[in-house]
Order: sequence, then structure tokens, then C-alpha cells
Amino acid sequence: MSRDNPIIELRGVGKTFQSSDGEVVALKDINISIDEGDIFGVIGMSGAGKSTLVRCVNLLERPTEGSVWFDGQELTGMSPRELRNARRSISMIFQQFNLLMQSTCLKNICFPMEIAGIKAADAKKRAEELLEIVGLPDKANAYPAQLSGGQKQRIAIARALASDPKVLMCDEATSALDPTTTRSILELIKDINKRLGITAIIITHEMSVIEEICSRVAILDGGHVAEIGRVEEIFSNPQTEAAKKLVYPNGSPVTHLKSERVVRIAFNGGTSYDPLIASLAIDCGVKVNILGADTRNVGGKAFGTMLIGLPNDNDAAEKALAYIRRQKDISCEEVEYSHD
Amino acid sequence: MTELFTSPAWTEALLILKSETLTAIWETLYSTVLATAFAYLIGLPLGVLLVTGETDGIRPLPKPLMAVMNFVVNILRSVPFLILMIVAIPLTRAILGTAIGTKAMIPPLVFAAFPFVSRLVETSLRETDKGVIEAAQSMGATPFQIVYKVMLPEAKPSLISGATTAFITILGYGAMAGAIGGGGLGNLAITYGYYKFKAIIMWAAVIMIVILVQIFQSVGTRLAVKSDKRIN
Ligand SMILES: Nc1ncnc2c1ncn2[C@@H]1O[C@H](COP(=O)(O)OP(=O)(O)OP(=O)(O)O)[C@@H](O)[C@H]1O
Ligand SMILES: [Mg+2]
Repeated sequence: MSRDNPIIELRGVGKTFQSSDGEVVALKDINISIDEGDIFGVIGMSGAGKSTLVRCVNLLERPTEGSVWFDGQELTGMSPRELRNARRSISMIFQQFNLLMQSTCLKNICFPMEIAGIKAADAKKRAEELLEIVGLPDKANAYPAQLSGGQKQRIAIARALASDPKVLMCDEATSALDPTTTRSILELIKDINKRLGITAIIITHEMSVIEEICSRVAILDGGHVAEIGRVEEIFSNPQTEAAKKLVYPNGSPVTHLKSERVVRIAFNGGTSYDPLIASLAIDCGVKVNILGADTRNVGGKAFGTMLIGLPNDNDAAEKALAYIRRQKDISCEEVEYSHD
Repeated sequence: MTELFTSPAWTEALLILKSETLTAIWETLYSTVLATAFAYLIGLPLGVLLVTGETDGIRPLPKPLMAVMNFVVNILRSVPFLILMIVAIPLTRAILGTAIGTKAMIPPLVFAAFPFVSRLVETSLRETDKGVIEAAQSMGATPFQIVYKVMLPEAKPSLISGATTAFITILGYGAMAGAIGGGGLGNLAITYGYYKFKAIIMWAAVIMIVILVQIFQSVGTRLAVKSDKRIN
């Protein structure tokens, strides 16, 4: 895979931990390159090595093999001082937010600027702008303990942006949040990516998060990259066992009817998914085939995705597609789908 | 103990207390405050190093150095204060030119207290959330910045509680030091209560020590709670 302008590149990265009961190989031979401006997802089961992987990117954890490159420079070859400088361009947010609990939100956001030696008055001004960006302008003087989880993560994002980073890494940043808050945080990250051109690396064990915002994804399994590529390609046509397990957590999709065309429908919080299938039959007279679903009902609202096989008859298929596209809070796209 | 209830004894005790109490309280406070300050001057950096210098700390130090620091702290902590005080006499004399009086209590108090203080500080700093330290590292903070902008501020409530404990312990040690040539309330209690059989004065001094401890404990606890922004 040759790319023109990778902002982050891992070349043959491996990490072996020495623990009391022997060696633990957390990562082996990881080759990933992430383009500038991308939203890159890393997904895998618990213990797959996701956290170790991101921590290897900014060298919070030193790889035992291979090299890490950021913006054309080798991080693994830097002096501590150079590395600290480079780290200011690679921000990170965490599942547990990791805010300074004894400092106000404003001071938390000022913190990265303070350690970079930016004048207090300038830092304060910038922090106020950032509070605006993350939608919490009135929380400047609140303490983290007074905020909800979603608000804390917004403050953490504002803090992460304070050093004008080129990369934002999110390690399970939404795993402690409910689905609605998760969506709003993901929207914010998407928005930041678009508006500020910041490359994002999203670590998660949730498919929905990857689907929601990532353009490329790497599937980690037992410390190695099982699959890597565009999200649609990988999700519509998972090749490896590890990928299939993630894409179809409830086992392989059932295929009653052979359909030529398959659409993936994402429910974004509409009323419910049952009526859609029913009304497709009633309103359009079209019977569709559910090939797989990963949907959740949260407070009477549907979230998640569903793979639907369209009828072989082209007219009926078009009719169904048009009908689905008209629905509110539902997005759909045709995907490649192989029956085995 | 019967003299407790005879009025001439009371009159005499009141007279002595009137002339000596204020000085004694002042001596106790001044020696305790100074000794605590010096104990923190040494104990705080030492406590910080005990945490940051560990193998998985933010600025690992050579293992032998860590072993020596831990050894010194443990040794000084295991020597009983009375013995430490006697051992410290030549040193006190070298620093201050005298080994008796209120001032002379300070060096042995500092010696006895700084290892204890370093352990208190160590315990407080260990409570700092690892994730917050990691976040600071990911932002490119230096080890020094992590100590004084993350670990110490985050541990503030716990450090205040620790300082309260240290202050009260040093106050107690100081009372003991009063017994062998020091000043303050301890000296008052011993001089009159033990050597001159004036139990009233001894008890009065003890009660004043108890009251001082109560005051400082409740002020310290209140400060610690008030400074903690995790609970509101
Ligand atoms: N400091 C460490 N010492 C020893 N082993 C470790 C250490 N950190 C991680 N590991 C091991 O490395 C492997 C990968 O861990 P990692 O935390 O990266 O997984 P993860 O994919 O982030 O999992 P989760 O989804 O549960 O967060 C695990 O087997 C873990 O036990
Ligand atoms: Mg993890």
C-alpha cells in the first residue's frame, strides 16, 4: 500500500510486555499508514491490543520492534525533548476523560497551552473559543465533577484541541457514554475533522462507531492486523474470521432468498425498525429479506444497522430503495454482498 | 492528689498558669510550625522522588538510589523519638550553639518528622489517577511539570490532611521534647507536674494540648474537604 501523504505510519511495529508470568505479545508486525485528514478506525475484541496500538503511536508505550513515523519524522528515533514537542501535535482523549479533577474546565483546557509556555492571557482567550467550539461556553468555571459524562468528554476534546494538534486519537472515547451522547460526541469529532482538518484515530470495540464516522478501518485480532481498508468494503465483505465476528456478532447472516442487490440501512434514532419492513410490504408491496441486523431499541428509538436483500425484480427493488430513502432518520446505501 | 481540692493549691496554680501559659502556648506553636515547615522542606521533595523515581514512575531513578532513600526513611522512622532527640544533641549544638530551650527542639523534631512527612506525601501522591498523568504525558509535559501542575494540585486535599496529621504529630513530639530541656506546654506540664508535684498545672497543660490538637484537626479537616473539588 503506497500512499502519498501519511501523517502517521507504523512500520513493522511490535510490542512485547515482560510480565511476571512470562512474555505477553500485545502487538506483532503492525503496518498501518494513516492519511492526513482521514478518520481512521481501529476495532477489535477486548485484549486485541487496541489501546497498546494507540499508545505506541505517541510512544506512551515504546514499541519493542519497528518504527513509528509522524509527519515524515521518526518518533522512535527522537530525543525526549523532541518527542515532547511532537506529542503536542498528537492529542489524545480517553474513555475515562482523565481531566484534572481539582481544576476548573477553563484551567483544564489551558493546561496543554500552559505547559507549552503560552502566555496565560492568550491561553485563556483560546480556551474560551474552544469551549464555544465544543458547545459548553457556560462551563468555564465549573469543575469536572459537576459535569455529565458527555460534557466531560467535550471538555477533554477542547483540551485536546488546545495545542492545535494534527492528529486526535480517541481510545474508547465514547464507551462510557449512552448512545445518544455517543452520537453527539461522534458528530463533534466528525465536525472537528471537517472544519479543522484534524486527522482522527478512533479506537473502539463498537461497530456502530466505526460505521458512523470512519472512512478506513483496521481490524485487530490477537495483536495483528486481520484486515485493513475502506469501511464499506470491509463491512460488506469481511474476509477473516475476526472481521466476520465483528460484523455479524450474532453469527453469520441467514440467507433464505438469493438476492442480487443488498442495501445497508443505518437507523439513526427514528421511531422503530419493525414498521419499516412492514410498511415496505404494505405500502410498496415489496418483500425484502433481512440478511443481518445489529440494531438496538433505545427509549423507543432505533439505532444500528440492518442488511436487507432487495427483490430480484429490478422495478420492485428500485421502488423499495426509493421508499427507504424517503424515510426520516434512516440512511441507506447499496453494498457488495457475497453469499456463501 | 488530695491537694487538688484544697483552695491554696488552686490559687497558686492559677497564678503560675497566668504568668506562664501564654509563653508556653507561643513556644509550642512556634516550634511546631517551624519544625513542620522544615520537615516539609525536606520531606516533600523526598516524598515526590519516592513516587516519581520508581521503575514505572514518571522519572525513574537508579534502583540503588531508591533503595538508599527508602532505607534512610525507614531507619529514621523506626528510631524512637526520645532516642533520636538525644542522638541529635551534638548536631543541634553545632547548628544553634545550644541544645536546650525552645529553639533547640526544632532540629530533632525536623529529624523525626521529615521521614514521616515523606511517607505521608508519598501516600497522597500515589492516589493521583494514573490516567491523568498519562494524559499530561501525552500532551508533552515534562516530569517536573507533571509533578507541580498535575500530581501536587490533584493531591491537594490529601496533602492537606497529611499536613494536619504531621502538624499534630510534631506537636505531640514537641510536648515530649519539653520533658528534656525543651520549652512549651510539654515543659510546663513536666516541670510543674512531675518535678514540683503540681498536678493541677500538669493537667491544665495537658488539656491545653488536647484543645490545640482539636482545633488544628478540625481546621485541617475542614480545609481539606473545602479544597476538594471532586465533591460539591
Ligand atoms: N503493561 C502491560 N503489561 C503486560 N501486559 C499488558 C500491558 N498492557 C497490556 N497488556 C496486554 O496486552 C494485550 C493487549 O491489551 P490492550 O489493553 O491493548 O487491549 P485492548 O484491545 O485495548 O482491550 P480493551 O478493549 O479491553 O481495552 C492484553 O493481552 C493485555 O493483557
Ligand atoms: Mg483498551
